[in-house]
Amino acid sequence: MREITVRVNGRLSRRTIKDNELLLDFLRDRLEVRSVKAACWRGECGLCTVKLDSHLVKSCLVLAVEADGKEVKTVEGISPEGELSPIQKAFVSHGAAQCGFCTPAWVLATHELLQEKPHPTQADLVEATSGLVCRCGTYNQIREAVAEVSGTTARPRHMKESLARA
Amino acid sequence: MTGEGSVGKPIPPEDTVRKVTGTALYTYDWDLPGTLHAKLVTSTVPHARVVSINLDRAKAVPGVVAVLTGKDMPFRVGMYAGDRDLLAVEKVRWAGHPVALVVAEGPEAAERASELVDVEYESLPAVFDPVRAMGADAPIIHERMEEYKHASVFYPVPGTNMANRFRLVHGDVEKGFEQSDEIIEDEFRISHVSHGYLETQNVVAQAFRDGTFEIWTSAQSPFIVRQIVSEALKVPYNRVTIRVPFVGGGFGGKAGLQWEALVALASKAVGYRPVKLVLSRKENFASSASREGVVANVKAGFTRDGKCVAYKVRFVLDAGAYADYTVNVSRAMGYSAEGVYEVPNVHCESLAVYTNKIPTTAMRGFGYAESNWVLEQVFERAAKKLGMDSAKIRRVNLLRPGESHTATGEKVREDVGDPRKVLQTVLEAIDWEGKAEPASQPWKVRARGFALCVKGPSQPPNASSSAIVKFNEDSTIDLVLGTGNFGQGTTTAISQIVADQFGVPVERVRVDPTRDTGKSAYTWQTVGSRGLFTDGVAAMRACDDAKDQILDLASQVMRLPKSELEVADDAVKAKGRPWLTIPLRDLVFGYVYPNGNTVGGPVIGRGHFTSSLNTFLDPQTGQGVPTIFHTFGGTAVDIELDLVTGAIEVLKAVQVFDVGKAINPLLLKMQLDGGFIMGMSIALFEKIKFDEQGWVTNPNFTSYYIARMKDVPKDFEARYVETPQFDGPMGARGIGEMSMISVASAISNAVFRTVGVKLNNLPMNPEEVWRAISEQKPELLAKAMESFGRIEAAVKARQ
Ligand code: FES
Ligand code: FES
Repeated sequence: MREITVRVNGRLSRRTIKDNELLLDFLRDRLEVRSVKAACWRGECGLCTVKLDSHLVKSCLVLAVEADGKEVKTVEGISPEGELSPIQKAFVSHGAAQCGFCTPAWVLATHELLQEKPHPTQADLVEATSGLVCRCGTYNQIREAVAEVSGTTARPRHMKESLARA
Repeated sequence: MTGEGSVGKPIPPEDTVRKVTGTALYTYDWDLPGTLHAKLVTSTVPHARVVSINLDRAKAVPGVVAVLTGKDMPFRVGMYAGDRDLLAVEKVRWAGHPVALVVAEGPEAAERASELVDVEYESLPAVFDPVRAMGADAPIIHERMEEYKHASVFYPVPGTNMANRFRLVHGDVEKGFEQSDEIIEDEFRISHVSHGYLETQNVVAQAFRDGTFEIWTSAQSPFIVRQIVSEALKVPYNRVTIRVPFVGGGFGGKAGLQWEALVALASKAVGYRPVKLVLSRKENFASSASREGVVANVKAGFTRDGKCVAYKVRFVLDAGAYADYTVNVSRAMGYSAEGVYEVPNVHCESLAVYTNKIPTTAMRGFGYAESNWVLEQVFERAAKKLGMDSAKIRRVNLLRPGESHTATGEKVREDVGDPRKVLQTVLEAIDWEGKAEPASQPWKVRARGFALCVKGPSQPPNASSSAIVKFNEDSTIDLVLGTGNFGQGTTTAISQIVADQFGVPVERVRVDPTRDTGKSAYTWQTVGSRGLFTDGVAAMRACDDAKDQILDLASQVMRLPKSELEVADDAVKAKGRPWLTIPLRDLVFGYVYPNGNTVGGPVIGRGHFTSSLNTFLDPQTGQGVPTIFHTFGGTAVDIELDLVTGAIEVLKAVQVFDVGKAINPLLLKMQLDGGFIMGMSIALFEKIKFDEQGWVTNPNFTSYYIARMKDVPKDFEARYVETPQFDGPMGARGIGEMSMISVASAISNAVFRTVGVKLNNLPMNPEEVWRAISEQKPELLAKAMESFGRIEAAVKARQ
């Protein structure tokens, strides 16, 4: 048992944790940040992705102690003001969420990508999301949402052109 | 009567905002105060008698509250085959079979104790191959099959391992072969597939001392869960409440029996405290149900002009240790054998066979995807043998609405869809007549191919749906449905339909995102792409009922006969006298006269839908009407095949479906693209592997690979045909499941048509494709290797 202090989405939290406690469990169970999901618990699905200081990490692979004194950002942290962020809006309008279980991780990952590279190429997007999976297969919609926000042609066509009445 | 209307508009699903902000809560996120944690103890052997279970060491672990075994629940449960136990009773039937459930104060204690349950087994001979399992000398996995309470439409064969034997016969297949000029004969194999829903199966349950149960579960069909739990626990249906918050994917794998009854019993056993069970991914693979494996043997006869005159097929389904839902998959695989074609002579047998492997269940595609994989390749091969274009052979055999009969002898109505137009649109979208693009490398091949498909929802004839339309004080509408929403967007589409019935904006209509058997409207299940159709019609009838009440009141208030009034544009209007109108707002909660007198009250409309067209199928011939609609469609692909590695890359995906009416093109597009991606992932990558003891050897997302962003085609083209279905909601038909059915066949057809290599086994992973090329076309491989070698040498030389 030990005490750690972590700033999560801007709020400072001090908690006593177990030495072997995962950051995933710390966030979900101790701080009740339930947007952070899990589907594999071994680094394969990316649903537990959070931003730890300046990097995206898979919180099922990180011990909570490693976050001591650091800053954690989850999807709740990207549009704190109430208004949705541009990528969140684009996810909605392009239908980039089906069951939604993977969505918080994808929103966070694409949001961070766009912060870093406002005009990502297709290759940038593939690389930035290689650790993430979506079983519902929303990839094409996510691609279009990112393209819309970046205003580039990572994927230029809007639904209207790729869906037509025969 | 409506004005502009919202039907036909690409309206994003309302609940997406919760999903993108991380505020959509799933069962995984659910906790009740004082929740205990449960953990499964599973069998280490594939087939054995349980001699004894010693719980002493497990119970001694601090924090352990109870350990349950099959002795505590010595009964069978299920939906169709009725063959399931909750925990192994007397014997285990696969390596991974749950034998005990530990309940403890925390997950760590539960985990530790689960390793200390001592089970003594007496091994029995096991069988892992479904064809061997049908042999006379095979060990019997379910000795007391005759005692099982199976639904009457299934035909188990006690004394064997056959859980269901479905037959479909029409015409005389042997005579058909005599008339044939070309015969195609082959064996196809399909691997077990995981649904891969990202939220693993999990449930929170609490029993109460008043004899009631409350259960939160990640399930597709709350009312079926209630039925299974109530029957198992022998409590009246209204004493069990099933609550379903957001669901992290289902794809058929959360449609039937899961863990709800087990966890409910555990809660009772621990003194009525809430208990939560969350499966790990490994447990989800090894101890829960997946899609069955299949061995198919087919023989088809064609005349010189391309007519298929005989089709004989046997499907053997590797159903695993339990086949509760798979018996119905075998039935659907059988009656879908002929696909979109009219074949005069058919003989089909479809057998669900027990083996000592993981249990199997429904999955998106539900037998149709598997039968399609065989049929569409047979047609492609026949075309090549006959020197005929792939499109032409299909035109010769396509079902003709208004004239043809399906495999089950059902007349194909004019309004059910236009397969010809679907085919034509597929060909246009992939530029069938145009020249193929060159491959990017000399050792690669660029290829185009397509396949057609058809599917309807497989449900019992009496399956019903209901809907309630409730007006609120501010004239907003609570639309109460039972159909689940885990990404299909059905509830958004039905909201649009309802909005248009009253001529109000769609924002005025809301469907609560969660389901609760005590509060939601009844619907049999959320499966088979039935929701939009069945629950949509029920909702339209609920609107009619509400309108009737509104018009009754308006007639009184306006002093006009009801027949002269109509509901339109958010108001009641006198027909032909638009100045005589009352807004709905003034009617739906009662009409208040200036002096305060009030007539009428809150308007609540109700409607239901049960198809009166479905029938049982004849036990000998499989003839009858099994589904309530058919959605016709097709997939085309442009791929690049790497001859050196056997890897297939899909460059372009084309999906064309006759949806009757595109209620919401955005939702439609999401299903067409998503269905393609799942179909492609299953076609190219996915395979559950077993060792010689039937253990799943790849129970994780590294060695069980699911398509990612990098695998997705650059180009998606989706088109829809609208042949309105007269009994569908505004003419619409279902689409969610259909969208993945013809994907694998389109890919294999592209390969066969272009390089003549037959791909008989799913998945078509590089290993499989490479083996097929090297066996069937060694000269092609040699040439590719040579050009690859040349370039590699050139690159080395330059370095
Ligand atoms: S739960 Fe962390 S990567 Fe899957
Ligand atoms: S939206 Fe369902 S897994 Fe991604």
